[in-house]
Parts: sequence; C-alpha cells; structure tokens
Amino acid sequence: MHIVVCIKQVPDSKEIKIDPKTNTLMRQGVPAVVNYYDMHGVEEALRIKDKYGARVTVITMGPPSADKALKQCISLGADEGVLVSDRAFAGADTLATSYVLASAIYKAADTWGPVDMIFAGKQTSDGDTGQVGPGIACRIDYEQLTYVQQIEDINPDTGELIVHRHLEDGVERVKTRTPVLITVVTELNTPRRASLPGMLRAARYTPIVWTTNDFEELDRSKIGLRGSPTIVSKTWVPEPKHVSTDMLTGTGNEVAATLVENLFGTELKHSLGWA
Amino acid sequence: MAEDKRRKMIGLQPEGDVDWSMYRGIMVVVEQRSGVAKPVSWQLLGEARRLADKLDAPLMALVMGQDVSHIAQQAIGYGADIVYHADAPELKDYRTRPYSRVCLKVIKTYRPEIVLMGATYTGRDLAGAIATHLPTGLTADSTQLDVDDERLLLASRPAFSEKMLATILCKQFKPQMATVRAGVFQALPYDEKRTGKIIAVHQDMHENDIVTKVLEFVQDDNRVNLEDAQVIVAGGRGLGGPDGFKLLHELANVLGGTVAASRAATDLGWIDHAYQVGQTGTTVRPKLYFAIGISGAVQHVVGMQNSDYIVAINKDPNAPIFQIANYGIVGDLFEIVPLLTKAFQERLTPVMAR
Repeated sequence: MHIVVCIKQVPDSKEIKIDPKTNTLMRQGVPAVVNYYDMHGVEEALRIKDKYGARVTVITMGPPSADKALKQCISLGADEGVLVSDRAFAGADTLATSYVLASAIYKAADTWGPVDMIFAGKQTSDGDTGQVGPGIACRIDYEQLTYVQQIEDINPDTGELIVHRHLEDGVERVKTRTPVLITVVTELNTPRRASLPGMLRAARYTPIVWTTNDFEELDRSKIGLRGSPTIVSKTWVPEPKHVSTDMLTGTGNEVAATLVENLFGTELKHSLGWA
Repeated sequence: MAEDKRRKMIGLQPEGDVDWSMYRGIMVVVEQRSGVAKPVSWQLLGEARRLADKLDAPLMALVMGQDVSHIAQQAIGYGADIVYHADAPELKDYRTRPYSRVCLKVIKTYRPEIVLMGATYTGRDLAGAIATHLPTGLTADSTQLDVDDERLLLASRPAFSEKMLATILCKQFKPQMATVRAGVFQALPYDEKRTGKIIAVHQDMHENDIVTKVLEFVQDDNRVNLEDAQVIVAGGRGLGGPDGFKLLHELANVLGGTVAASRAATDLGWIDHAYQVGQTGTTVRPKLYFAIGISGAVQHVVGMQNSDYIVAINKDPNAPIFQIANYGIVGDLFEIVPLLTKAFQERLTPVMAR
C-alpha cells in the first residue's frame, strides 16, 4: 500500500499579532508549526503502515524552510518527505494549491507506485477553508471522505474500508473503496512522539525537493497567484465593539430583576421567542 | 488511456470561451437531513434575497434528497423564486459524487452568477468539489456578503484566528462561490403564500456506479454545538471548580441555552475542551452570551465578542470583560446566578401557569 499525507507548515496562530499602527499582520518572528490536524493524518498513515505494511510519503507545498516539517514526519516514521517548492507556486489559493498537490501526488505515484490512500487535515489553522482536500480528490478522481474520526476497518486485499465521519449532529458510518482521500479530525488518534532511531534518521534525511521544472505537464497558468481566481480585495481589523456598558448595582435580587427587565426590552424578546 | 484521463482530470477548466454575462441570479444549495432542512439554508436564502434584489436577478434554490418536495416548497416560502428539485433514492444521504454531479449539472444548465452554501461539514465537502470541477473561486466560511456595481460578490470572512476580516472576490470565473457560517444571517419570516416555480432535475447516476455507501447515521443529541447556540452561559476560573458549572446549567436550561467555558476552566479540567470558547476553542456568536467568572483575556474575547448581547458577572470591577459587555454586574456569582435563574424562570413562565 502507498499512502500519501499532505501537510502544511503554518504560522503558530497564537503568536500572530496585529500592528496597531498599520492594522497589518506582524508575521516576522512568528514560529512555524505543522498544521495541527495534519499530524493526525500522519499518525493514521503510520498506524496503517505498522499494521499492514505501507509506504508513507509526506508531501508539502511551501517555502524551503518547510523542510523542517517534513523532517519531523520522517522522525515519526514516514518513508519519504517531498517539498514542492518554487517561487512560482507562491500566492496560491485553494484552487491553485490543489492543482499543484494533485500533480505532486501523480508524480509520487510515478516514483513510488500507485497511491491507495491520501490523508490530509480537515483544514489548516491559517486558512481554515477545508477546501484543498476535496479539491485534490476531485482533480485525481478519488473517493472523498471528509471529517473522518475513526477508521473502523480496512481490508488491504480488496481496498474496502469503513470509516466514521464526524458531523455537526452525529456520526455517519460510511463504506468505500480505495483509492480514497480522507480528511481527518483530531478525534481520530493521538499522534506519537518521535523515537530515538527516528530522530537520528530525520537528522540525516534531506527532503526531496520538486520545483516547477520537475513537473513536465504543469500548466503555468494554473499555479501561484496567476492560477488563483480568488483575490483578497481588502483586509481590516474589525473595530472593537463600542459598547456602553450598563453597570447594574443594588442587591442581588435587584440586579437580577433589572437585568431581566433590560434584556426583555431588547429585540431578544422576539429573536429568542420570549414574547 | 490512463494518461488521457490524468491530463483531463488535473487540468480542469471551462470549455472554450465562455460568455460570463450569461450567468445571472443567485443560487442557494439547501442542505437537509432526513427531510428536515438545516436552518443555515433558510438563513442563506434570507441574505441571498437581499443580494438578488440588489442585482435585480432571480433567487434560486437547489434542493436534493429523497422525498423532499416539501423542502422545495419551503424554499419558496423562505424567499426563492425558482427551486431546482432533484429527488432520487440515490440522493437519500449526502454523498460527494451524486450530489456534486447534480449540482454541476444545474449550475451549467441554469448559470447562476453566485452560488452559496452553508459552511457546514456537508457544505464544505460539496463546495470544495464543485468549485474545483467548474473551476471557480470559492470563499470559505463567510460572515458578511455583499455585491458591488460590477455584480461582484464581496465575501468577507475572518482570518488569522478571527483577528482580521478579509474581503474576497472572484473576477475571473462564474459562478462566484462562497460557503457561509451558520447563525450569521437571518431567515425571512416564512410566507406560505409566496409563489415560485419548482423545476424537477433528473439524477442520472446509477447506485452501482456509486462506490461510497452510507451504512448508518447515529444522531448525537448530546453533541456540544456551541456554534449554533442562541444563548450561551459561559464560566471561567471564578467558578472555583467543576461544581460551579451546575449553576450555569440551571440558568442555561431556563433559557434553552448551552453551557460553555473559558480556557482557564477547561485547562483546569473542570469541563471538557469541547465547551471551550476562544482562540483555541470555538468561535461563537449567539444572541445572548453570559460571561460568568471570566476575566476577559484576549484569547477568550476573540471567540465571543460578536455575540449580540453580552452580560458579564465578575467580582473584580476592573475585569476587562466589562469593556465589551452590554450589562455588567460586579458581585458574587454564587449569589447572583441563582437569583438570575429564578428571575428568568418567573418571567418566562406564562402567567396562567404560575
């Protein structure tokens, strides 16, 4: 079995601050981490490898510094890490990103054998779209199962698998067949820690780098900024809500009564069906 | 053969020169489960009605499922002019392939200039597939929508952990697509006298050609669903321990609301992480939010500041939470919360039943 995991290096969102003068993001010095959800995809691929035997290829598109993220996955037990990196890929929206990642998955299939399963996080913490996974599945015509919280069963011979999808109102049990792309939620598993041999291997490992020149059929009109139909026309920091706070004073009974009276005097009376 | 397929799949693009001016109107894809529409679909129709009127264009709805003609009818009552209705056993449960196939067929045939879906799990699954197929630009999880003089959709969404908003456009292709967060927009009052056209759409996939099968769906009524909650009663460090949440539950029950927590309370293990509101938890925008024993750290505030009404109860008069609260009470929450529960209970119980 050949499993590909798509990961993304993202800025640690806790560390991002906004420049109060220019209202722009201060990205400098913000540490990069592997997107939280993606690590659960890596873990699941490694569990399948442990159980059934599989080759695990981790692919990321990003700047040269994203090789650290790949080395992290190697330390956990992934077989290869591929960095798809080129200035021409920069500025990609989800459509252009899924095009490049789909191309890389085809190339991984040419290099190491047909890809049976692809894992990706349900979304990234910096983009929060959840669109790249379905985009890849669509481009390479794989079955698509999003928000998977459990893989109940895999039959490596027939390629049949049963998974549980985590939805807003419950859990859906679904059966499908490889080749399949699965996006994962954190309930799926607990990512492992690197072993000492893994860390040693990662220290010696140099991720494979693919640039635009490595993709013969790449259509340059579909990559990077040019291949991205969505345009950010403006960004702004929402004005902090100007609230005139009504401080209620009195005994406990008095403030409770005043608050209820005040709230009933607002549109909440109708919008919450209190009327 | 395999090579041909590869090239075809990977380089999805519109066929030939397309006259985008042929694309007119707004289409809302209605989401349903077991014959019940999701509220976000009606909220979307409400907002899309405003945009369609501004564009002087028709508002369309797409209803897919099995035995869902009543939902097609409801879509008209909630503001749609035309409803495309695909009804087939193969569409009983949502599955990416048959649903996206119907959706693509309707989009290509009836050419809406804007397509909107709920930013639910199903909506994102479907929208991501369709936007790639068409291809077109897709904005995720929008919280504001508008159209400009050039008929461009201005879809605005939170970015960078809700610290900023970004307005996103797609000039290159049609339809312009966006998924929209639940609970942000308001549905129009249902008007059963409204009239509109319902057009049947044929679903042409055979069950044998659909690899993915839905075996079962287990409804989880206890699922913490903060995003859709209209009233949230949240507690923090000031509760002093897990028992403090009992008071919150009582108030939440009276108001038909949901209990939530600050990171301090979840980190201390007083309540499960699933209840956490804030940067590393859930972003909420209920109609009414109680912050009880919560000081108002930035990490919490970014996750709840867009609530319509905020009530803060804290013993510290300098707690930052009071700066964003509509109503503030400085005092002992253990005294005030039960009194508040009682006051609401009395007010909400009909006079006759007292």
